[in-house]
Amino acid sequence: MPNVDLQVNLAGMTMKNPVVVASGTFGFGREYGQFFDLSELGGICAKGLTLHRREGNPAPRIAETPMGILNSVGLQNPGVDAFIASELPFLRQYDVKVIANISGNTPEEYGIMCEKLADAGVDMIEVNISCPNVKAGGLAYGTRPELAAEVTKVAKAHAGSVPVMVKLSPNVTDITEIAKAVADAGADALSLINTLRGMRIDVMSNRPVLKMNTGGLSGPAVLPVAVRMVWEVANAVKLPILGMGGVSKGEDAVQLMLAGASAVAVGTALFADPYTPLTVRDGLAEIAHRKGLSAVSQLTGGVNPW
Amino acid sequence: MKVEHKCKILEKTMLNDSAVSMVLEVGDMVKTSFKHPGQFVHVKCGDGLLLRRPISVCSCAVGSPSDTLRIVFEERGEGTKWLSNRPAGHPLDVMGLLGNGFPMKKEGRYLLVGGGIGVPPMLGCAQFPDQKATAILGFRSKEKVMLLDEFEAVCEKVLPATDDGSFGYHGFVDALVKQELEQDTHYDAVLACGPKPMLRNVAKVAEAFGVPCLVSMEERMGCGVGACLVCACDMNDGSRKHVCKDGPVFDAKEVDWNA
Ligand SMILES: Cc1cc2nc3c(=O)[nH]c(=O)nc-3n(C[C@H](O)[C@H](O)[C@H](O)COP(=O)(O)OP(=O)(O)OC[C@H]3O[C@@H](n4cnc5c(N)ncnc54)[C@H](O)[C@@H]3O)c2cc1C
Ligand SMILES: Cc1cc2nc3c(=O)[nH]c(=O)nc-3n(C[C@H](O)[C@H](O)[C@H](O)COP(=O)(O)O)c2cc1C
Ligand code: FES
Repeated sequence: MPNVDLQVNLAGMTMKNPVVVASGTFGFGREYGQFFDLSELGGICAKGLTLHRREGNPAPRIAETPMGILNSVGLQNPGVDAFIASELPFLRQYDVKVIANISGNTPEEYGIMCEKLADAGVDMIEVNISCPNVKAGGLAYGTRPELAAEVTKVAKAHAGSVPVMVKLSPNVTDITEIAKAVADAGADALSLINTLRGMRIDVMSNRPVLKMNTGGLSGPAVLPVAVRMVWEVANAVKLPILGMGGVSKGEDAVQLMLAGASAVAVGTALFADPYTPLTVRDGLAEIAHRKGLSAVSQLTGGVNPW
Repeated sequence: MKVEHKCKILEKTMLNDSAVSMVLEVGDMVKTSFKHPGQFVHVKCGDGLLLRRPISVCSCAVGSPSDTLRIVFEERGEGTKWLSNRPAGHPLDVMGLLGNGFPMKKEGRYLLVGGGIGVPPMLGCAQFPDQKATAILGFRSKEKVMLLDEFEAVCEKVLPATDDGSFGYHGFVDALVKQELEQDTHYDAVLACGPKPMLRNVAKVAEAFGVPCLVSMEERMGCGVGACLVCACDMNDGSRKHVCKDGPVFDAKEVDWNA
């Protein structure tokens, strides 16, 4: 391992390395914990939680696309109370930052969840205002600045001293508009990007592959969109950024950090290889070393645009 | 469960005009993660495809220096096409063993039912118990019949059927299951793998005779280990379980067959 300091800071939360796993792709850690020690990660964004248990959408929920996938899971989860009672204690056995990810139908629901999670002692709360799968609410918050700001304010008011990171949707005309609204409303950090809406049709049956017809695109196909959006947002607001979208190797992570991210998340690439977060971490360190840096945090915002 | 990035393809044979059989060297995968017959592996099919492909374990054995595992598959799309073109001697990236399989007991007596590409996983089930099993195997036509000798070598009785009557019983396997259970209901369970309509019909017959029935379900997968929640299977109680982690084998009574 090259002699490079991997430690990063995300809104006051110190992580031993900048590699996080993306919400919804890693469950609550139990499954991938059978492949490697979860303490090797900087942080874990847990599966998106709602106030009450949800069974999610009917299958098929996944379709393969050129270097990507579409998913329409629809926020299947056991509910915030079950997470606190059964999953959080498991994650707490490891030396890793735990980031809870929440979705609500109303601002009040976001508030109740933040209070419960802050009391339970998570390290950070990621507010999902961008999941494109849930008809009620989800999308609307992330695409309208005033609604995004309202949810951010409520979350902040109920999260106590736990930092609040708002997760932005790429399905907007101008992502900086939402980023500014959320920053003004008091968010501590931003994460982006969530999935892009897409569709795949089976040409023999004329049927969309997904039972919900459309779904969220992720994987290597979205990396350039993520890099561009992180760059735009980093230029528009002062908040620290958790960058994600299509990361599958060290170079992808370095691109997001140069564009302005303080840390990165790995999602879809896990499905091809469970060890991806570790190879991303090592690749990142290796590139930083080659660039003559003593710390990976020096990469953040280092892009030199024309 | 583990990822073996370099499993060697020891042997590759065609079982009929479309079914490919591959024996793989899989390190200590069987030793470390075998639970029951009917588990599956998640196979990387080239660099161009992001998702792995789930394939059932046909049979497996602990060995030294390496465990071995056999898969049987048909070409359906891009992934299985890539796989069928891999020659013996080449490496494969395999993750496994995944899922729970059929909760069989050594001393149990089982009625095994396979349809089409659902036949191979039943071979592992036939080899497992001390008491010889009965196997009912359905194929589309005579050309698609496979593994018959191997079933006959380990089973008490093997009853083949074809949809077009070109070999064995003329008709679907659920009719044969009914015939068998009319004569003999002293089975601990009916175990079935095949297309969903077949599973539903077999489950109906088993229920009518009061014999427990376990079925192996298919769904499109992402992670294969229970983390991404895409492989949902609708249950009778309104919940959605996950084929890769909770299954692929479910109690037929728990499955919502109308979903
Ligand atoms: C638990 C389990 C065990 C299986 N065991 C076997 C086996 O032993 N032998 C065998 O021949 N086939 C088996 N299948 C089906 C096999 O997974 C599909 O035929 C294969 O994924 C098709 O991939 P493709 O790229 O050739 O087809 P494409 O249609 O190009 O695949 C596109 C996507 O859809 C998925 N997909 C397509 N058909 C299926 C299907 N029936 N089930 C799940 N995903 C599908 C693919 O994995 C891929 O992600 C099994 C499926 C499951 C879920
Ligand atoms: C199967 C799946 C489920 C997801 N579930 C959630 C979720 O519950 N909450 C959320 O904020 N994002 C969710 N996402 C989005 C990811 O966290 C991430 O933003 C996106 O997939 C882009 O990263 P990637 O290309 O590395 O996967 C999900 C993505 C996938 C593929
Ligand atoms: S494939 Fe990911 S949970 Fe089943």
